Amino acid sequence: MEELVIIGNGMAGVACLENILSHKHKFDITIFGDETHANYNRILLSSVLAGEREADEITINGIDWYQKNGIGLRLGVRIIDVNTRLRTLTGEDGSVTRYDKLIFATGSSAFIPPVDGIYRRNVFTFRSMDDTNGMLRVAGPGKRAVIIGGGLLGLEAARGLQVRGCDVTVVHLVDTLMNFQLDSTAGDYLRQKMEALGIRVMTGRRTKALLGRDEVEAVELSDGERIPADVVVIAAGIRANADLACRAGIQCNRGIIVNDYMETSDPRVFAVGECTEHRGETFGLVAPLFDQGKVLAATITGNRGPVFEGWAPAAKLKVMGVEVFSAGEFLDTPGADVVRYEDPGSGVYKKLLVRNNRLAGCVLVGDTSDSNRYMDWLRTSADLEVRRRNLLFPEPVSDKGSSIAEIPDSETVCGCMGVTKGKIIQVIHERGIRTMAHLKECTRASTGCGSCAGTCEGLLKAVAPDFVEEGKKVLCKCVPFSQDNLREIIFTQKLKSVQEVLEIYGDGIGCEICKPALSYLVDVVWCGDHEEDRSARFINDRVHANIQNDGTFSVIPRMRGGITTPAELRRIADAAEKYKAKTVKVTGSQRIDLLGIKKSDLPAIWADLGMPSGQAYTKGVRMVKTCVGTEFCRFGVQDAMATGIELERRLENLYTPHKTKLGVTGCPRNCAEVTVKDIGLVGQEGSWQVVVGGAAGKHVRKADLLITVETTEEALEAALLFFQYYREHGNYLERTYDFVERLGIEKIRKATVYAQPKEKRVLLRRLQKAKALSKDAWLDRKNPTPTQFVQIEAMRPMEATIQ
Amino acid sequence: MSAGAINWIRVTGEENIPVREGRSVQVRDCEIAIFNLGDRFAAIDAACPHRGGPLCDGIVTGNRAPSLDCGPVVSHAVVCPLHGWKIDLQTGEVLKPDVSVRVDTYEVRVSEGVVEVAVPVAARRRRKRAA
Repeated sequence: MEELVIIGNGMAGVACLENILSHKHKFDITIFGDETHANYNRILLSSVLAGEREADEITINGIDWYQKNGIGLRLGVRIIDVNTRLRTLTGEDGSVTRYDKLIFATGSSAFIPPVDGIYRRNVFTFRSMDDTNGMLRVAGPGKRAVIIGGGLLGLEAARGLQVRGCDVTVVHLVDTLMNFQLDSTAGDYLRQKMEALGIRVMTGRRTKALLGRDEVEAVELSDGERIPADVVVIAAGIRANADLACRAGIQCNRGIIVNDYMETSDPRVFAVGECTEHRGETFGLVAPLFDQGKVLAATITGNRGPVFEGWAPAAKLKVMGVEVFSAGEFLDTPGADVVRYEDPGSGVYKKLLVRNNRLAGCVLVGDTSDSNRYMDWLRTSADLEVRRRNLLFPEPVSDKGSSIAEIPDSETVCGCMGVTKGKIIQVIHERGIRTMAHLKECTRASTGCGSCAGTCEGLLKAVAPDFVEEGKKVLCKCVPFSQDNLREIIFTQKLKSVQEVLEIYGDGIGCEICKPALSYLVDVVWCGDHEEDRSARFINDRVHANIQNDGTFSVIPRMRGGITTPAELRRIADAAEKYKAKTVKVTGSQRIDLLGIKKSDLPAIWADLGMPSGQAYTKGVRMVKTCVGTEFCRFGVQDAMATGIELERRLENLYTPHKTKLGVTGCPRNCAEVTVKDIGLVGQEGSWQVVVGGAAGKHVRKADLLITVETTEEALEAALLFFQYYREHGNYLERTYDFVERLGIEKIRKATVYAQPKEKRVLLRRLQKAKALSKDAWLDRKNPTPTQFVQIEAMRPMEATIQ
Repeated sequence: MSAGAINWIRVTGEENIPVREGRSVQVRDCEIAIFNLGDRFAAIDAACPHRGGPLCDGIVTGNRAPSLDCGPVVSHAVVCPLHGWKIDLQTGEVLKPDVSVRVDTYEVRVSEGVVEVAVPVAARRRRKRAA
């Protein structure tokens, strides 16, 4: 057995290792990583920052993968010395490891520009999971973030922090954003898009110093301007980590120099990834590095033959709503024809550089749907002579099936992993793949930057007869985004009405499924400070009553805690007679239902009742069911009625993802049946249990214990915390019993009752804001929407004219 | 729309039918649901052919072609609040469920801020007899 040691546990090193494992080899393999995390997808850190993914979702290979493959994994150990004569390496921990073959996969690190005060607290680079976690600790609503560097990484960090609520400024040294990938026009388009998202962009500005005492407080520019900052991100480019190899006497320039077989100047030493320099080029994007890994795996396992010939550089910006792609050359140069399309109104800019009928490069802003096609032309040096007339405009394709059919089998669908359409189809058939997860596992397609996920899913749908959809579901075809995504869009794009969301992110019209859902999301994101659009609400929410099968309505006044008075009962009786209620029914929720009321009578009956709306018609707070508790009951140990009334007062009139029923019971005998309510308080001697996620509907589910607390006020607070968390994270039409099962009670506890005091305050403050802006819906009677309740009569018929 | 004589009936001020909503109107002995689609109005029979649900109270939605679910929106439809039947506002055709039923549609225009609906004289007579 030979000892193979890999320095670096990043994407390139591990991808190469995966390839080595797929060859026949006789290595004892050890891998060193200076981070303490197992292998993860570094490209997706920006989506962790933006909250699109959780940290554990971007793990590529967990610890068990190393164990299963018999690989020695040494995490958190930095190698400080390599001795090529003795063939040993020394770790920071003093350990010495011998090798027969050595692979440098040391990656790159952030370039730190010469700026004073760079080591202040809350100044981050954006390279690792630790960086990301650090930023997330500081970031939050109202915090000011300054990003130094307007390249790919800087812009992704900017967007991520903005989504977390920060006010973001990007300071860029030169005049063009992403100036290593874009020409100045494309840079301007990009700038406008970033500014439209609410990110401040300052170009052509040099950062001089980071000011502050311990923590950073401001960024000072060379012209003296100071920008206040609570968090600063340095994203001024990367440098290959070649120092260690250089000190070991291996030939290095900007990176560790490798030939086409990925061999270095030392026959026992190889290198792969961002630490390398190949034909004078260094690399900062993932796709070529996977290619390198394949070549090196062949070389090192005795299959020397495949060569790495370099790649046209390509970059895609991963910021939702800002599509940018660049590949190959991007500046107008003599000898190259420039084919350009520009539409300032819609923010689309496309430029192709064509030399000798071959594509030399392309820049796309605002519409990157053709990026795979161009990448393919670049890579294969396709002859474009016959295509010259429609380089920028393929035949318009309306349905997705045929646009996927149009892709040739040889075209690379996943640029990161180098997987072609033909390969994907072959694997789908051979392995009987039905899910995206399985497809990813078998082909690795769509596990890099993830931008080909749509195409892969389309292929799967088209090819696999029993395709199983999964993952984050989109709300509906009219607005094809997940609800989490939509919350983010509504918040960051400052969209205050359903129609705005539909017009910018949807088909402009919407449907009976998405309009009520968007109504809910807009309301909850803005805590009620939004523009209400009645047309997007179901009829029940327009007339504040529940439509019945004969077109009449059911009217249920609020009776907090199920407690009423003789005077209220008299008014209810009078109203039932006066408006000819067909039936008067006591409901299961300790209230009284007047059935068969005409729409035109609704405002009048509300006035006669003189009671608030019971919201029995909507996805909102229904009621709090109580038992009599200590007031009268011989066994009562807590005041259920007063607590129930108080709970109902604090929450009434608010919308929730689905109807929310609550209960408070004064002793564990549970006469109010609160363990099958969405939120329940169970009184005990000297304490309350707060339970959530119960159900007694289509399913019966016993509620989970959220927390046990001593005082009534603490119990109410726990209920409120859960309530607001459910409002903010539940999908529309998701009852608490599904919500609790989806997230798990542990996670919910951490985010509510066990959260930091500050987080709790923020959650409660948003609830208070929403509550303050809410009102009893039946007050509509004082100023009803014109013609909502009354039948329109045609105007005087004598004015009709016969034609 | 049948040919022949029609009566243009002045119904109500256009401001009385909010955008993207519907209102029902009694035009002599017909009940007609009129919808404000923003750039124009549409009118169909007020009762859902299923169980007589009030179509004027439905949510206005898009109708995608060629099949029900994919492709661009080609016309507007309304979804009955009772059981979700979906009815095309231009043709009166029931789009969901798949039944070959349609409701009557009526021409609508706005004249000097007043919504007017065209009721065929013959249709009205027929209706009267039926009633």
